[in-house]
Formats: sequence, structure tokens, C-alpha cells
Amino acid sequence: MLSIKNLCVSIEGKEILNGINLEIKPGEIHAIMGPNGSGKSTLANVLAGREDYEITAGEITYMGEDLMEMAPEDRARKGIFLSFQYPVEIPGVPMVNFLKTAVNEHRKFKGEKPLTAGEFLKVMREKKALVEMDTELTNRSVNEGFSGGEKKKNEIFQMALLEPKLSILDETDSGLDIDALRTVAHGVNALRSKDNATIVVTHYQRLLDYIVPDHVHVLLKGRIVKSAGKELALELEEKGYDWIKKENGEQV
Amino acid sequence: MNAVTENNDLSLRLTEQYNTLRDSLKESGAPVLNIHRQKAFRDFVAQGIPTRKVENYKYTNLQPAFAKEFDFPVRKSANDFQLEEKFKCDVPQINTHVVTMRNGWFYAEANEAVQLPEGVILDSFENVARTRPDLVEKFYGKLADTSADAMVALNTAFAQDGYFLYVPKNVAVEQPLQIINLLQAPKDTYVTQRNLIVVEEGAEVKLILCDHTLNLQNYFFNNATEAFIGSNASLDYYTVQNQHNKAVSINSVFVHQEQDSHLTSNTVSLHGGLIRNNLRVELDGQNCEANMFGLSFLDRKQHVDNFTQIIHGQPHCESNQLYKNVLDDESTGAFSGRIHVKRDAQKTNAFQRNNNLLLTDKAQMQTKPQLIIEADDVKCSHGATIGQIDEEALFYLRSRGIEEKQARLIMMNAFSYEVVQTIKVEPLRDRINELIERRLSGDVGRCHECAYQCDC
Ligand SMILES: Nc1ncnc2c1ncn2[C@@H]1O[C@H](COP(=O)(O)OP(=O)(O)OP(=O)(O)O)[C@@H](O)[C@H]1O
Ligand SMILES: [Mg+2]
Repeated sequence: MLSIKNLCVSIEGKEILNGINLEIKPGEIHAIMGPNGSGKSTLANVLAGREDYEITAGEITYMGEDLMEMAPEDRARKGIFLSFQYPVEIPGVPMVNFLKTAVNEHRKFKGEKPLTAGEFLKVMREKKALVEMDTELTNRSVNEGFSGGEKKKNEIFQMALLEPKLSILDETDSGLDIDALRTVAHGVNALRSKDNATIVVTHYQRLLDYIVPDHVHVLLKGRIVKSAGKELALELEEKGYDWIKKENGEQV
Repeated sequence: MNAVTENNDLSLRLTEQYNTLRDSLKESGAPVLNIHRQKAFRDFVAQGIPTRKVENYKYTNLQPAFAKEFDFPVRKSANDFQLEEKFKCDVPQINTHVVTMRNGWFYAEANEAVQLPEGVILDSFENVARTRPDLVEKFYGKLADTSADAMVALNTAFAQDGYFLYVPKNVAVEQPLQIINLLQAPKDTYVTQRNLIVVEEGAEVKLILCDHTLNLQNYFFNNATEAFIGSNASLDYYTVQNQHNKAVSINSVFVHQEQDSHLTSNTVSLHGGLIRNNLRVELDGQNCEANMFGLSFLDRKQHVDNFTQIIHGQPHCESNQLYKNVLDDESTGAFSGRIHVKRDAQKTNAFQRNNNLLLTDKAQMQTKPQLIIEADDVKCSHGATIGQIDEEALFYLRSRGIEEKQARLIMMNAFSYEVVQTIKVEPLRDRINELIERRLSGDVGRCHECAYQCDC
């Protein structure tokens, strides 16, 4: 589904990712862990099509297509979804209008008729229930005044509405309370199928108890330095990153 | 030829024009208006055509606009136009009393379906000035100081007609009244329109004004309005400006408020070559509220200058100013907002904000707040921003499958939202939203709803 080869990315001349290789197949869950500043969000943003980054080398193929030439909106319509680490507040853009526009853009791409206001509200209610999102929140502007946890729930709510093929969850767990974490994780699991894949960026094992990964990767200074099964997450939780840094010849 | 002599020449030309027309003006004009002409013109000559050298016109030079040869019609032409066919400034679902002005003259082609409440007058200013000079004399020229603004002076010198609105004591006009100002002449024309609004104690009225051009001529539209709001009375004053790029529009509004009165002024400039909006509000009683809002969309070489003055003369009043501009291409905008809190006006709340969205590197915005605070127990604030569309928000929208063009539109609408939502007449608000959407997406002739759909 997704194939990343030797991806090198820099911003303002500073190299952030240097030589990422990653293969993701339908149905798989990949966890990406790593210390702060190692480049996890950068990778997630590059996949979603953020233009501030310069791709200096490598290639990304998504469902057989070159992803790098594709506009962010086209990636989204073709099934890539990024749950942002820091969702932006957009005052003046009502949630409902935004969501309806997004859903109908997806439908148009698939050759489906746009949802009427009534149909849309019905779908919205269903998906809101899935992540137990407060009804009042969709009466506001996009993310405006949302608490940290509410913003994260809102991301998964959008994911539920857009039904992506490849979901990238960038620290969706941070900011969620214990109950909300469980609800959101169940929501993500409910949306899983053998055809879609998920990349989970997280710092904590806790989320991976609910969303069980097939592969765990450690990103260090812009490179994937270790990949293993779900047991790697447990080991990291226990020992931290020092031993991996040492293995990679870093002074600790 | 240098700028000074050119200005003198242009002023001389206007003087000739005035001298030629003086007798006809006197002859056809109402006596209560005629008595002001001579002094007004002298005041104009003393000030000259406004250029950037005049402090209050620092961002708008009117000299090039006066360099054109204009017709100065002094007689009302016959009602030879079919409003329905040529033009519709339709606000759906709005049940209003509609009045049409053409080239500054009042045409009593009112919407018969809507009756005005007992005692309310909405009529030709000239007619009222002639038949009820008592109603006019007390107010005319009391706010529009001809020695303080050359354009007001010129307006007063040439004033003949316009609309006159009178709402007697304790009468609330439920339905908004709509006045459509049309410019439509066979030649390039200088148009004077002079209006008077009197809202007596405890009365309430909402006015919707729509400015339009109906053909390709060059126009200079000099419109001036004096509005008196009595104690505990309320005036909502909405203006929608939609003229073509060859139109120059000077829109001066002077408001006087007595105690416990309320004003909301909202000016939406959708289109126009050069627009200058002067709004001067004087709070002359306690517990007044004045809301002054504006929203402009500019592209190509358009220019919009909003010039506001709020004078807090009495304690316990509140004023709010919110002006926003969206500037595309090489357009230029200006906002100057003066807040004057006089010595007696303790416990004043006066707020002002000006936000601007520049869509290109070539668009330019000038913003100048000016606070004169003579009282010590007041709350005043002002702020201005000039920025671009938030790229992070744009990416967020696109990452959800929304096309870039559409996402930009959404962001521009979001920017305008704060001003639009202050419009309390709901059908008007919906209509404005729709007009903004169409204006921004550029899918209709730029000068919207014009029968000619000229590309100018
Ligand atoms: N716009 C930018 N300008 C300069 N440096 C940047 C920019 N964006 C990211 N970086 C740098 O790139 C590096 C990687 O950042 P990134 O956000 O990808 O880290 P991360 O692994 O997601 O960290 P965290 O766990 O804290 O979320 C950091 O050192 C960061 O400061
Ligand atoms: Mg991150």
C-alpha cells in the first residue's frame, strides 16, 4: 500500500529525515516511536503533503502512484488521513460546514452524489457517537476553544467520517484522559479492515495495548534504527531510548 | 504642470461650473437648501480638491478623479427606466419598503405592498425641503460641516435632492426600509445626493442602502447624509456598495446621538473603483451605543478608504469599531479611525479594531488609529493587523480533501464572518454572504447583478 524508499527531507537547509525506508501492507498497523525531535511528525506531514518541506532524495509510492507529485487534497481523497499532533484552530469556519464540504469532496471524487443536509446530519450523529464526542462541539468553529483532548477526539471523528485507507495518527493519545483514550482506540479499531492500514505515532505503550501493532519502529535522528514486533514497545517503555542511542554510537 | 497648479486649475474649472449652474440651482432648489450654497462653495474653494497633502485625505488623492470632464445635471430626468427589467437588488424573503434613487434624485416608485406606519415619511428630500421647510431647517447642515471637508462643502453647494426619512416619536418601523442608489446617465456624470434622517425619541428604524452603477460611464458620486437619533431611539444603517471600476464614490455620513440611543452602521464594499467612506458619530448624551462596522473586498486597482470619527461627548457610552479588508491584486486600502473622548465623558468604553488580509505582495493597506483621550476614567483599545491567509489552516482544510481554491475561499469567508454576523436582518445577512461568496469566487461578472455585466 505504502512504500517509502530512502526518503530524505530537510527544512530551511536543515536535514530532518535522512534515509527512511518503510513498507506498509493493507491491514497492517505500524507504530512509530522515538525521542522528541527525531522526525516523526515530519514524516507524517510529508506523507499528508505539507509543502514547507524539501524532499531532497528518495521516493514514496502509495497504491502504485507517486505520492510526491500529488496535492494534499488529492492524497486525502485517495484515502490518506493525518490526525494532527496539533490540530489548528480556524475561527470563523463552522465545524458543520467544514465537515460537510470535506465529506462531499470525498464523495464527488468517488462519483457519489453529495449528501443532503439531512443525510449529512444523520451520518454525523452516528460517527459522533462512535467517538463519544460532545454534541455541542460541532456547533463551533473548527477546533475553536476545544480542549487538548477534544481536539484529538475531533481528529478521530473526522477520520470516522472520511473513512480513509491509510490513517496516520500523530500522538493522538496525548491529551486524552484514560476513558477517552479507550473510547478513541475502540473507535480506531472499529474502523479497521483488511484493506486499510494505520500508522500510529506515539510515545507510550498504553495506546498500543488497545491498538495492537504488527510492527514497531524506532525513529532516531531522522532514521529508522530499529524495527521489531509489538514487544519492542514494551521494552522501550521499560528501558527508554538510551540503549538504542548507544547501539547507534551516540554519546548518552 | 505641477500638482499645485493642476489642482488650482481643476478647482477653477469647478468654480466655473458652479457659477454657470448657480442660477439654475437656486431656481430649482429648495430655499432652505439654497441659503447654504454660497458659503459651502466658498468653503470648498478655501480647501481645494483633497489630495494626500490634506491630513484627512492622506491615503486618498481625489485629484485624478476630478481631472475627468463630468456632466453636472441640475434637473431631474423623467422616470424613463424600468426598474424591474434592468435591475434587481433583491434580498429574498425580505419584506421591505423599497425606494429608488437615480443619479441622486428620488423616484417615488415605492413598493406599494408595504405600508409605512402612521406618521413615517420616506420621501424626496427636495420635496420635503420645499413643502415642510420646518422639518428640514432644524437639522440641515447642522452636522455636515462644510469647513471641515471639501467634499461635504461641494455636496452642500450642489445639493438638490436625495431621500428624507422621518420616524416620529415612539414609532418602531418593523420592516427594514431599502433605498437603492442607482447611477445611470448618458454621459460621464458628477452626481450629488443629499439625505436627511430624523429618528425621534423612542423610535426605531432599519435602513438598507444599495449603491449601484447601471452603465459604463465614469461617475463621481458625492453622497452625504445627516442622521439624528433622538433619546432612546435606534437606527440600523446597512450599506452595500457595488459599483463598477470607473465609479468614484464619496459617502459621508454624520450621526448625532442623544442619550440612551443606539446606532449600528455596517458598510460592505463589494466593488467600486474608488470608495471613500466618511463616518462621523457624535455621542451627545449618556448611555449611548454606537457600532461601526465595515467590510471591503478589493481587487485590481480598486481603492477603499474608510475614515471614521467617534466623538464621546458624554459619560457612560460605548462605541465599537470593527473594519476588515480583503485586498487582492494591486488594490489599496486605508483605514483611519479617530476616537475622541472629551473631558466629561467618564466611564467611556471605546474599542476599535482593523484587520486586513492581503492576498498578494502588491496589495497595500494603510491603517491609522488616532486616540484623543481627555477624560481619565475610560476604557479604550485599538488594534490593527495586516496579514496573509494562515497557511497552517489552509493545509488542514486541504488535508481533508478540500481543494486549494475552495479552501482559500473558506478562509476568506471566515475572515469576513465576524463583520457579517453583526448584520441583524437575517435575509440581508444571507444575501451578503451569498454576494461575498460570488464576489470571492469570481464566477459572475465582477460587478454583481449589473444587467450589463461590463468587465470594468
Ligand atoms: N518548520 C520548522 N523549522 C525548523 N525546524 C523544524 C521545523 N519543523 C520541524 N523542525 C525540526 O525538525 C525536527 C523534527 O521535528 P518533528 O516535529 O518531526 O519531531 P517529532 O519526532 O514529531 O517530535 P515530538 O515527539 O516532540 O513530537 C525537530 O528538531 C524540529 O525542531
Ligand atoms: Mg511530533
